[in-house]
Amino acid sequence: MAKVPVEFTLNGSEKAEFIESGTTLLHALRDKIGDTSPKGGCHQGTCGACSVIIDGELRLSCLTLAETCNGADIKTTAGLAKGGVLHPLQRAFLDAFATQCGFCTPGMMMAAKVLLDRTPNPSRDDVVEALSGNICRCTGYEPIIQAVLLTARANSQNAA
Amino acid sequence: MEMRKDYFADVRQDGLHEIGQARPRLDSPGHVTGKTAYFADRNFPGMLHLKMVRSPHHHARIRSIDTSEADKHPGVVRVLTAKDVPHNVYTILILIQVGPEDETVLADGKVRWKGEAVVAVLAETERAAQEGAAKVKVDYEFLPAVFDMEEALKPGAPLVNEYHGQNYYLYDSGECRKVRFGDVDAGFAQADHILEQSYQSSPIEHAPTETTGCVVAPEGNDRFTCYTNTQAMFFTLDNTSIILQMPGSKLHFVGGTVGGGFGGKVDVIVEPIAILGAKLTGRPVSFVYTREEEMQISSPRAAEMVVIKDGVMKDGRIVARKVTGYTDAGAYSRHSPYGTQKGAAHYPGPYTIPNVWIDTYCVYTNRTPSSAMRGFGVTIGDFALEVQMDKLARLIGMDPLEFRFINAYRDGDMKAHRQPTEGAALIECMQEASRVANWPVAGKYMAMSSYKKGA
Repeated sequence: MAKVPVEFTLNGSEKAEFIESGTTLLHALRDKIGDTSPKGGCHQGTCGACSVIIDGELRLSCLTLAETCNGADIKTTAGLAKGGVLHPLQRAFLDAFATQCGFCTPGMMMAAKVLLDRTPNPSRDDVVEALSGNICRCTGYEPIIQAVLLTARANSQNAA
Repeated sequence: MEMRKDYFADVRQDGLHEIGQARPRLDSPGHVTGKTAYFADRNFPGMLHLKMVRSPHHHARIRSIDTSEADKHPGVVRVLTAKDVPHNVYTILILIQVGPEDETVLADGKVRWKGEAVVAVLAETERAAQEGAAKVKVDYEFLPAVFDMEEALKPGAPLVNEYHGQNYYLYDSGECRKVRFGDVDAGFAQADHILEQSYQSSPIEHAPTETTGCVVAPEGNDRFTCYTNTQAMFFTLDNTSIILQMPGSKLHFVGGTVGGGFGGKVDVIVEPIAILGAKLTGRPVSFVYTREEEMQISSPRAAEMVVIKDGVMKDGRIVARKVTGYTDAGAYSRHSPYGTQKGAAHYPGPYTIPNVWIDTYCVYTNRTPSSAMRGFGVTIGDFALEVQMDKLARLIGMDPLEFRFINAYRDGDMKAHRQPTEGAALIECMQEASRVANWPVAGKYMAMSSYKKGA
């Protein structure tokens, strides 16, 4: 099958790969580039575990063709911590016991990041809405919601 | 949360270092950074992908299997059928002497449920494996199927599983697991009221976010490393050793990281065939359920039917309980004979009843094999029992919580399955529930204790 070149920025680093046409971004990230932080839970766009941020928008990498991402700025959970220092969201997920099996966690944090980037002081309803495309089958939703609200509070205190 | 210190004040220890403290979870830093390694995060050069040809029929004889077109399909490396599996007929609980072996790794001569694995196709890509699987031709002769437990137990019902010879699991106690305690007929004769009700449940799928699967790598020293999300590491290792007739020293299982299991990952399903594929091709193998397979193929919680007959006195005492429980194992045993047995011990619930008669049946039908899920064997029973308790309380015009105080088990009470009660805390839990839920009960119940001396 014909291979196509793709180039994009992943968590600040430039990446270039030859991939088979039709390869999803999820497969390209995990199997070609080696960023396994996005997870494949359904491969049909229903569970949210594969969520990544493309040019500031929350996207399902299992439904995104890698070849459509040329020139894009892609962010994943693997890029949240900087120089070994956890991102405030990561800190809050730890402190609020917002992880159980952990499989939905990277997708949840991507959804939360997009929310907080746009809405620094979200209401509880805003958080629920923002996470509504991400399934946690351990059903630990409440601590996850609390972790996002905790991050927002910490951010606003730091800003004050 | 408030820690109540007045319950069990004489035995409680307050010098505890862990209970009541918030401790960071050791696995969380990996989860929040995306560094936790799930089995599917392992990727090896030259890794093959395994896809399964599955039965489209609930019950059928296999006349023939033709894999010639699949063998020739571009990218297909190897096609496996029953004859390739060294010890093809197995059962998980054989490790604790619960037999007979009754399930095939790959179907041999017959399929017993819709979705049963028949042929395994190993290919260079997932797509080639899928296409190869679609080219396998299986000639089936339909057999009558049975989907209902009561129908399956009737004389003349289609025989689901020849390894059992009848459509129920044969316990050492006979066609069902039995508990006999006191004289249940005398109890019913003495009762002011008798209430018989039946309760039913459907199968329930765990639907973990991470689907069932494993990745196998052949090592240079003739061993196989299997990265798996099994919830039952050593069951899987030992059963794989039996199925592949391979000493355990050749198998290195790496796991413990499970993207949601809830009991749905305790069966030994993907690992033996993936390791066999790696052995026969000399290449790494990935076998991962699709979401559809996870929902349709992986074992659900069993469907159950429970018939409860209780004799109760006007003063609130339950004097007799007779329970007949049916667990739908589907076509194969997996963990259901164990769950069914657990139900037999459990059916009196946390109540002391002097006369008890329990029969629980593990029934085979042509449905998806059921297995473990969170408290399997007792969870549906608890639903039935507590609804029954509410109905009994209503029948005699008593408050449902007070009714439970009257019947609650306490330390020293003998349970129907001959385990003396110790460490009971039901009364104290109900007292606290009464306070917290603002559901007041009479003072004499608030003064009760799980210790009989405090009664």
